[in-house]
Amino acid sequence: MVFEKIQEIIAEQLGRDVSEIQMDTNVEKDLEADSLDLFQIISDIEDEFEVSIEDTDGIQTVGDVVKLVEDAKK
Amino acid sequence: MVASKICAAGYYVPEHTVSNDQLSEYVETSDEWIYSRTGIRYRHMSGGENTSQLAAKAAKRILEAAGADPLSVELIIVATISGDYATPSTACLVQAEIGAKNAVAFDLGAACSGFVFALSVADKYIRSGLFQNALVIGAEVMTKTLDFQDRSTCVLFGDGAGGVFLRRGNTGGVLAEDLGSDGMSAQSLLVRHSPVNNLCTQQSCKQPFLCMDGKAIFQFAVRETPKSISRLMDKTTLTYDEIRWIIPHQANSRIIDGIARKLHLPADKFYCNMYDYGNTSSASIPIALGQLWEQGALTEGVRVIIAGFGAGLTWGSLLLEF
Repeated sequence: MVFEKIQEIIAEQLGRDVSEIQMDTNVEKDLEADSLDLFQIISDIEDEFEVSIEDTDGIQTVGDVVKLVEDAKK
Repeated sequence: MVASKICAAGYYVPEHTVSNDQLSEYVETSDEWIYSRTGIRYRHMSGGENTSQLAAKAAKRILEAAGADPLSVELIIVATISGDYATPSTACLVQAEIGAKNAVAFDLGAACSGFVFALSVADKYIRSGLFQNALVIGAEVMTKTLDFQDRSTCVLFGDGAGGVFLRRGNTGGVLAEDLGSDGMSAQSLLVRHSPVNNLCTQQSCKQPFLCMDGKAIFQFAVRETPKSISRLMDKTTLTYDEIRWIIPHQANSRIIDGIARKLHLPADKFYCNMYDYGNTSSASIPIALGQLWEQGALTEGVRVIIAGFGAGLTWGSLLLEF
C-alpha cells in the first residue's frame, strides 16, 4: 500500500511510468532525479501520509523512501 | 463599487548583467548546475546604485506611464528588505528623488511577498477613502546581502525595482486576496541586523549575509503557494480560464513547475522571467508586471494572479484586474 502510493507520487513528479519504479530502483541514477526532485517527492509523500520526514540524506533507492515512511508512521 | 484601479506599471533594473559563467569564475559552480536547478542564467547587479535609486527610477517610469504629476501622489509604499538605511525609509528617499512632496511615505518588509502585502495595504487605504492614489514599489539590491563565497545562495539573487500606480476608481484593482505568515519557521531564511551590543550585553557578531535553508524554503514554496492560490480562487466565481497569467515570485523555475503541477495548470499559464533577472525578492513580481505593461499586454479587463512567498515565512496571492 505504502509502496504503491509512493510509486504513484514518484511517477507523477518525474513523468515516469509506474513500472519503472521498483523497490530497488535508484532514485538518482536510474530515475535521474536531482535534489530538488527529491524535495518535491518527499513533500508530496509527507502530505499524503501525514508524516514528517527529516533526514533524507541517506536516500538512494525507492525502498529507502518506503522504509522512511513506514518508520515515520510507527 | 470603490476599487483601486491599476493605472500603470513599470520597472527599472541596473545596467550590469552577470551571467552564470561569470559567477563561476568567482565561486565553484557552473552554468549547467545553476540553470538546471533554478532556471536562472543572468542577473542584474547594481554598479553602485542603492535601493532608493532603483526604486526612484522605476517610480518615474510608472508615473510617466500613468500620466500622473509627482505632486499629486498621496501615498508611497516601498516593499524592501534591502533599504539604503535602517532609517530613513527607502520610500521617503524615493519621495524626495521624484519630488512627491505631498505624499505619505513608508516601507513595508515581507521579503519576497513584500510587494503583494504592500499592494494589499495600499488597496485598503484607497478603498477606505483616506488616499485617492498610491505608488506601490518593490525594490531590492539583494546583492548587498550576499556572501559571494556561498555558492548555494549567491547565484540565486539579483537587483531591480518595479511597481504600479493605483487610483481610486470603480472597477478592477484587487478582486480577491489570500495572505498568510508562519513566524514559527522564521529561522529558515534570514538576513541579520547588528546584534544587541550595549552596556548591558555583548553578543557575538554573525556575518550579516543572507542565509537560507534551501530545502525548507523550496518545500514551503511548493506546498503553500498552490494552497494560497486555491483559497484565492475559492473566493471568486472566476475560473482559471478567465485569468490570463499567474505571476509567481520569481525565485526558481523548479518551484513554479511544482506549483503548476499541484494546481494541474499548464506551465505557460505562469509568467517567468527569472532567466534574465534571478530572484529580486520583493521586486520580482512588479518587474514582471512592468514588463507586461510595456508590452501592452495588461489592457483593460485583463486579470492576473500575483503570488508571493518568502522569508518570514510569508505568502500572499492577489487576483488583480486591469
